[in-house]
Amino acid sequence: MVMLRTFPTRGALDRPTRNISADVVVFIGAAALLWLIVRLVQSASIPWTVEHAPPSVSTDPADLPYYAARSLLRMFAALGLSLIFTFIYATAAARLRRAEKVLIPLLDILQSVPILGFLSVTITGFIALFPGSELGLECASIFAIFTSQAWNMTFSFYHSLVSQPRELDEASRLLRLSRWQRFWRLDLPSGMIPLVWNGMMSFGGGWFFLTASEALSVNNHHFALPGIGAYVAAASDGGELNKVLLAVVVMIVMVVGVNVLFWRPLTAWAERFRVEESEAAEAPRSLTLDVLRRSNIPRTIGRPLGLLIYPIDRAMAVFGMAEHPLRTSPVRRRVGDWVFGAVMGVLIGYGTYRAVEYIATTVGLGEVGHALLLGLVTFGRVVVLLVVATLLWVPVGVWIGLNPRVSRLAQPVVQVLASFPANFLFPLVTVALLATGISLNIGGILLMSLGAQWYILFNVIAGASAIPNDLREAAANLRLPRMLWWRKLILPAIFPSYVTGGITAAGGAWNASIVAEIVSYHGITLTATGLGAYIRNATEAGDGGRILVGVIVMSVYVVAMNRLFWRRLYAISERRFSLS
Amino acid sequence: MTVNDEVLINVDHVSKSFTGAVGDTLLVLDDINLDLRAGEIVALLGRSGSGKSTLLRTIAGLIGPTSGSVRYRGEELNGANPGAAMVFQTFALMPWLTVQDNVELGLAARGGVPADRTARALKAIDMIGLDGFESAYPKELSGGMRQRVGFARALVLEPDLLLMDEPFSALDVLTAENLRTELMALWAGENFPTRAICLVTHNIEEAVLLADRVIVLSANPGHIRAELRVELDRPRDRRSPAFAALVDKLYGLLTGVEPGVTEPEPTEATPTSRALPNATVGGLAGLVEIVYARGGSADIPDIAAELNFEIDDLLPLVDAAALLDMLYVSSGDLELTSVGKEFTAADIQTSKQIFATQVRTRAPLVRTICKALGASSDGSLRAGFFLDLLRRGFGPEDAQQQLDTAIDWGRYAELFDYDADTDQITADPAAGVVAPATV
Repeated sequence: MVMLRTFPTRGALDRPTRNISADVVVFIGAAALLWLIVRLVQSASIPWTVEHAPPSVSTDPADLPYYAARSLLRMFAALGLSLIFTFIYATAAARLRRAEKVLIPLLDILQSVPILGFLSVTITGFIALFPGSELGLECASIFAIFTSQAWNMTFSFYHSLVSQPRELDEASRLLRLSRWQRFWRLDLPSGMIPLVWNGMMSFGGGWFFLTASEALSVNNHHFALPGIGAYVAAASDGGELNKVLLAVVVMIVMVVGVNVLFWRPLTAWAERFRVEESEAAEAPRSLTLDVLRRSNIPRTIGRPLGLLIYPIDRAMAVFGMAEHPLRTSPVRRRVGDWVFGAVMGVLIGYGTYRAVEYIATTVGLGEVGHALLLGLVTFGRVVVLLVVATLLWVPVGVWIGLNPRVSRLAQPVVQVLASFPANFLFPLVTVALLATGISLNIGGILLMSLGAQWYILFNVIAGASAIPNDLREAAANLRLPRMLWWRKLILPAIFPSYVTGGITAAGGAWNASIVAEIVSYHGITLTATGLGAYIRNATEAGDGGRILVGVIVMSVYVVAMNRLFWRRLYAISERRFSLS
Repeated sequence: MTVNDEVLINVDHVSKSFTGAVGDTLLVLDDINLDLRAGEIVALLGRSGSGKSTLLRTIAGLIGPTSGSVRYRGEELNGANPGAAMVFQTFALMPWLTVQDNVELGLAARGGVPADRTARALKAIDMIGLDGFESAYPKELSGGMRQRVGFARALVLEPDLLLMDEPFSALDVLTAENLRTELMALWAGENFPTRAICLVTHNIEEAVLLADRVIVLSANPGHIRAELRVELDRPRDRRSPAFAALVDKLYGLLTGVEPGVTEPEPTEATPTSRALPNATVGGLAGLVEIVYARGGSADIPDIAAELNFEIDDLLPLVDAAALLDMLYVSSGDLELTSVGKEFTAADIQTSKQIFATQVRTRAPLVRTICKALGASSDGSLRAGFFLDLLRRGFGPEDAQQQLDTAIDWGRYAELFDYDADTDQITADPAAGVVAPATV
């Protein structure tokens, strides 16, 4: 057929050339990784029982690299589990109409439950599941990290499934893709970018729970897993501040290393899944990804794996086509709805009845009132934390965000700060508190803020750097005085980002309260009045009723705060203050 | 290709209604009967809101009709139409797959040997003129090339029926013309596997250029207004008198009143019986000025061609001008009325007053708002009240659109003001809206 002559576009000729040195680097890196994994898996299967379990780990600095590697393995195991959970749960919620009505509110509630509250309940269960091996304890720790990562990632994947561009959905249905093919060729790629970013954020948050779960006392037993968090706990108990500092340094190295070697190449690679027609203004770059792209090894490994795609597609066709029938009998649908609603109602009613009965028989319902009062104290701390963090970090964040040079230096630092587990710094702060004699009721606010305030800073920086240039130029042109500049330009513009940061900071503060309201150093324990201390004490004593009451009350506070305050703010910010 | 009697698609008494969040039902398609035969190209032409995309999707099997049936070769559809392939307005390519992977996607879904799939995909890419771009990503291609990939993806499956949803409207004029010509060349050739084409368009010239049959759809609710046969020989000449006559006739069908349907007079209609067209004051005034500059009368197809306006840009302005009695519309021609002449010739303040008078008497929704404000205690009402009123007759987006237009006209005419924070419409005291005996 007659056609106009076409020429290759510029992008098509721009692929990087292959390089043998890149091959060498990739090979060495992969070999080192394999060796590490083999070594770690070997040592995870040493025989172990509850009575003879070591209550703490050695504080020998030579053991530190091994402990750090064990902790890292736990983090990645939890990430893998979170990913699988995300795929299954979010797909079920997005595709099954009835299930969605239950799964999404359930996820909302799960997200508000304090994670360390989960831990006390699940540890005994996991140990019973794996008698005779340390695997039970490992699983409990991995589960704690999993619960800190999975809900966020699931929400983001569900959101991207539900807001898929309609034409891509129609095209895939007309092309008659099977469910398996549609998931791997449409659903996952279209949700990849938010998933990767959420994974990165959640991974950073997971360090906190990893270190909190590696050494704890449950049911009057002290447990310690070989890991960097247990190392810090042991060093803190022994009063060896220099070892704590050493662990802090190693942790920083680990956080930065994972960032450079894993997350940055992943986010840079995920750019290929951007659905908008044009490229992002500032595409993330990564040295690791560049090295991998210049090497031949990924391609040579990928080729035989690529041959498997077709037979797997055929095998997975059993899941059926990614279609739904157009005609459904409305009577059958309504009956199905009724049955489903009835079953759910019975389950929820029975569960509530059993929980209330358990609480009434073990500690009495009056305990709920007591817990509510304690919760009020912790709530007060969270509020003070948010106010102080806002007053302090919003101006700093705005200054950093408006200065591109400063923000380029500051962004990685703040990212590390946000993922650095605050409980590493607890021994240092505890020493200071003991020295100055300040009560933990006040000092606890500082401890809680060590993890939570960075989210406000982080988001405000992002919001300030996204203020459109023409608005700033107009303000300069009008020569706005400081007060007006803040009130009419900056604060409204960063309001949406601030709200996002505030929600995350509040959630982090509640979680931190469980470890911040009781701290100990070198045998001295400081306690504050509050719900976090209540839950911690109940966990150590193994008092199931109190644990349940404390966890439920804290969840109620978080959910109430979310619905009554943060959701409203978010709606206002979307309606009045969004820049799009 | 010659038309034979083989019926590929039979649309039988199809109606489609959507239920809104508050339980209101919106009838989008009303009793559509249509046959698609092998060997013909059918164009579905209509303004936005006439249900043409919904109808195309019922034929494709993506949406199920509320009543009636769609049959492909005699079998009722209960899912995606196995014999149809679709080309989309926004191309709908997977951005993370190369051109070859995108084209092979449908073949991969059907199974088959990989080598065979690759061969067929390469052949389709060659046929559509993208040879050499197999490993390019959609981001690296221009709009016209992306649509070619869309065509290749559809044609590689050798479908009986090719469905196109405004395939050229996202492309610039020259690329669109190029692709249209190539499509017609493929259709006329022997190797074209597709037996029939059905396309949705809102470009009248495109419909006459491509189709054997043009089906005109009207909105509220969507139904078939008329069917036109285009018996011109291909390749068709835009400048031939027969072509121009058909275009004129279609403009007349789209702007005129349907015989047998009486529309209430603007001075007496209620907001739900006569919709407010989606026109800004600036666009409306500009159209009236253009007619004034041409000496008081103009031909709609001429204006559309000169301004390069689609019917969805131009016809709402024509409707608004007719509603406010500034232009008189008859069979595709526009004539300036005395009010229109006064409006154009006056200065800003006087023209605002003329506009205010017209809008208050002839725009049903604005009239209702003014009356309600007059009847209220403090001259102020929630905008949501009028939105609920409109929701009784229109879908949620349509209702919001009409309310926004009414507020825009009311603000320009200085009849009332709107506060987005409190969602209140407040009468302007100087306008005399809140006076005991108005209008």
